[in-house]
Amino acid sequence: MTRSRNGARAAHPLAVRIMHWVGAAAVITMMLSGWAIYNASPALPFTFPRWATLGGWLGAGIAWHISAMWVLFADGIAYLGYGVFSGHFRRDIRPVGMRALARDVGAALSFRLGHRLGHYNAVQRLLYSGVIASLCVAVATGLSIWKPVQFGWLAGFFGGYPVARGIHLAMMLCIAGFLVVHLALVALFPRTLVSMVAPLEAEDAP
Amino acid sequence: MIRDPAVKAAEIAPELARLGRRGLLRRDLLRRGLSLGSLALLTGCDLSSHSGIDAALWTMLRFDDRVQAALFSDKRLAETYPASAVTKPFRFNAYYPIWQVQPVPPDWRLAVAGRVAERTSWSVARLRALPQQAQITRHICIEGWSQIGQWSGVPLHIFLRRIGADLRARYVAFRCFDGYYTSIDMASALHPQTILALDFNWQPLTPEWGAPVRLRIPVKLGFKSAKSLQSIEVTNRYQGGYWEKQGYNWFSGV
Repeated sequence: MTRSRNGARAAHPLAVRIMHWVGAAAVITMMLSGWAIYNASPALPFTFPRWATLGGWLGAGIAWHISAMWVLFADGIAYLGYGVFSGHFRRDIRPVGMRALARDVGAALSFRLGHRLGHYNAVQRLLYSGVIASLCVAVATGLSIWKPVQFGWLAGFFGGYPVARGIHLAMMLCIAGFLVVHLALVALFPRTLVSMVAPLEAEDAP
Repeated sequence: MIRDPAVKAAEIAPELARLGRRGLLRRDLLRRGLSLGSLALLTGCDLSSHSGIDAALWTMLRFDDRVQAALFSDKRLAETYPASAVTKPFRFNAYYPIWQVQPVPPDWRLAVAGRVAERTSWSVARLRALPQQAQITRHICIEGWSQIGQWSGVPLHIFLRRIGADLRARYVAFRCFDGYYTSIDMASALHPQTILALDFNWQPLTPEWGAPVRLRIPVKLGFKSAKSLQSIEVTNRYQGGYWEKQGYNWFSGV
């Protein structure tokens, strides 16, 4: 394995590493406190165990939810701005064609998908663009069910309060599903965890 | 010599009952074991303690009140619906089960207090003589569920002007004969869809729906629409409410 000697590009720039961990903390807080809110009136035939919720009851869950909301909002705005203006989205996140996706999914399922720090394969691009889109929809539906009158146009766009609430819940499930896959892949490639903390150099492209 | 205990058992009985309902007593913690949830309770991040985390959460709730007040506009109306959209059956909700609903006291009158010019109390007949407004709006519970109902009664802004209320006061506080209480900001009290409801689903209110008169405020979460009113006070003193004291967001606008 060779490393680029003169480029010395970090696999993940410092800004991305900071925004990743701030966002991760905010999303986890939002999700666990959201479970406490969900449990007060479950829309699906299950509840989350109380020990897994943040706050433990509805009022505290909401307090956590509307506190972490500001962190997620600020982090999300910063990340979206950075992603657009630095070329990060175009270069790293934008999904590639179906053929590359089919190839990489096949390779991943047979545990032959190589991973080079600093380069995003088709599976990663799909997962990351998917979770970014899910988070955007989760924030938008969240705002619409927080203020269905003041942001009536937004609630109307999503089909009214009950539908927006259902979409908000669906986005949580998407994000939770992403987290399971994401953490499993990090466990398979522990170096990626290091690269999201320390400025490891990017590896050469495949 | 044994001194009197500083706190008598009877005085803290309601608090103990409340903690018991929420599973916060030591026996509940022990039964549940040292799970993550009880760990969270022990470290105080559920608004019930004096921990630093809880203090920070309360600060965020106050901050959220100010943000919501800034977002609020009396020009924006809650969506209204056709009669066919009314939810049937309508779900009962209170801080007690339906069998504990109290009948209207025989000598009931709505009292007004605080920064008002005219303090005479109000009978239902006198309230019905004021201009009435009907609405079919969505009642959104803080728990997330919602339902559509029909209410009609006296717009609160008309009532407040009729009693000569100080409309620059900060709060309107509501007390109920079932022990419930809450308070709202003056801007929301003057919203055109905020009414003192006398009818529910085209019939005079019955006790489970808040007879003889209740607040119906579709620009706030359901728990703000206090039922079974006893008194209305116009005041500059923050009084919170039954749920707000435990940690529900005070402004709770929608």
